[in-house]
Amino acid sequence: MTALHDLSVAALAAELRTKKVSATEVAQHFLARSQADTSGAFLSLNPEATLAQAKEADTQLAAGTAGPLAGVPMAHKDIFVTTDFPTTAGSKMLEGYRSPFDATVVCKLGVQPGGAGMVNVGKLNCDEFAMGSSNENSAYQSVTNPWDTTRVPGGSSGGSSAAVAARLVPAATGTDTGGSIRQPASFCGITGIKPTYGRASRYGMIAYASSLDQAGPMARTAEDCALMLSAMCGPDLDRDSTSLDVPAENFARDLNAPLDGLRIGIPKEFFGDGLASGVRAAVDAALKEYEKLGAKLVPISLPRTELSIPVYYIIAPAEASSNLSRFDGVKFGHRTKDYTDLVSMYKRSRAEGFGEEVKRRIMTGAYVLSHGYYDAYYLQAQKIRRMISDDFQQAFKVCDVIAGPVAPTVAWKLGEKADDPVANYLADIFTLPASLAGLPGMSVPAGFGEEGMPVGLQLIGNYFKEAQLLNAAHRLQQATDFHLRQPGGAK
Amino acid sequence: MSLTAQDIDRIANLARLELPPEEGQRMLDQINGFFSIVEAMRAVDTTGVQPLPHPIATIQEMALRLRDDVASEPNQREANQQSAPAVERGLFLVPKVIE
Repeated sequence: MTALHDLSVAALAAELRTKKVSATEVAQHFLARSQADTSGAFLSLNPEATLAQAKEADTQLAAGTAGPLAGVPMAHKDIFVTTDFPTTAGSKMLEGYRSPFDATVVCKLGVQPGGAGMVNVGKLNCDEFAMGSSNENSAYQSVTNPWDTTRVPGGSSGGSSAAVAARLVPAATGTDTGGSIRQPASFCGITGIKPTYGRASRYGMIAYASSLDQAGPMARTAEDCALMLSAMCGPDLDRDSTSLDVPAENFARDLNAPLDGLRIGIPKEFFGDGLASGVRAAVDAALKEYEKLGAKLVPISLPRTELSIPVYYIIAPAEASSNLSRFDGVKFGHRTKDYTDLVSMYKRSRAEGFGEEVKRRIMTGAYVLSHGYYDAYYLQAQKIRRMISDDFQQAFKVCDVIAGPVAPTVAWKLGEKADDPVANYLADIFTLPASLAGLPGMSVPAGFGEEGMPVGLQLIGNYFKEAQLLNAAHRLQQATDFHLRQPGGAK
Repeated sequence: MSLTAQDIDRIANLARLELPPEEGQRMLDQINGFFSIVEAMRAVDTTGVQPLPHPIATIQEMALRLRDDVASEPNQREANQQSAPAVERGLFLVPKVIE
């Protein structure tokens, strides 16, 4: 019999539905794996809470009231607030914080009435407040990549990608602001999708850059991502002012549709000098596979790809400086022991609670929003953001989906870029454009590049075309087996 | 253009962040390193281009919603204050503001 941790979300759901195994047994199995883990992927486990959820799932399965994914284990990025686990956002600022409510996405996926019935195994490490591309900005610990423990798992959802790749959980949530689902998925050889901005509620997702933040699933297969995404999306009009009034969909409906005649746009700007040759070879091979499946490759241009770096790193810090002003040491979060008055309490609490990258972004954001600089930086960035979005709409006149690399390189060594923030920013070049445009994007395992490390193929769709992306990803996964390979560390 | 040490002090004050001098110097160098890649953005001609605050506004009109101004949540004072650094008789405590 296949080990439980080798089963997909879809397969586990079927086993549970047919009572071949109980949610409690499944939860115990994954808890044991997660407790034995040494990668740093988890920030908190609470076996009592996990088993209570599993028991609830078993009750629902017995009563016939269970959701579609009842009893299937998963874990949440520690950016989603939860009542039965602490939530830290990877920051000392929120050490020990307990939310009085569950995020909408947590409710939709969980064993709450109307939820999909999944059981939360724990909270996953991430870069502090989701700011980073390597998970090294976590205030607690770095995470190692299961394919090579001297390398980063990517970020900011690095705990999520490492845990799924190491089969500690079959699936996890992530959040993507500038690539934080796609890049770690690529670095760890798993599948991840960020939906159209506004599809998944941001309620209870600790805010970094509100006009960019989106939740999405990370799992081994496109099918599993489709099942989870279907449960995660849907309007949340009273609780998220940017939530779209667009009904939830069954994103798995077109998984097996043929790809005959699918036009795949290949942006020339994604294949320039900075692209590692091993990454390029893997991506090219995946594109050849698509041609065999009946798709047609169409050259396109996204001329402002490079500009997306400064535009993103102006807009996101600006929004972050505003969002993170709530951490003042009064209502929740860290308060310094050493202060003389209210202002010194604010300043010192924030100095002690925030890490370096977070402070850098708050400072950058406060600067570009400050009097005399707003027009030149923030407003200018928002205008170029529209030009970047319009470039995509031009491109989608001649293609259905866009494909290219997720990142210019494979996962780098721990510490390699730790002292060079700009080097980290530049590595985000291929994920930022779709983020700025709010388009759905995903990473699909496409083979291996330098040093045998995984390479992800990025697929970008037009607004609301998640089902089409997942269809393209699923068909590739039926023709290849990269998503089924497992790292040496995952036994 | 480059920021100066005075800019860093001014912004740190606006952002309510205490920065010791050596941290301020490192911050200055790193932020200036970043602004070297921002110059390309400033050179773009954006005459007549509308800013894009909500990405979906690329394809359709977007207006941010306001919900009706009615109480929708039950009173959860204790749960809401469970992670507060200092609470007394249901109130958040802060240092004395008015002498």
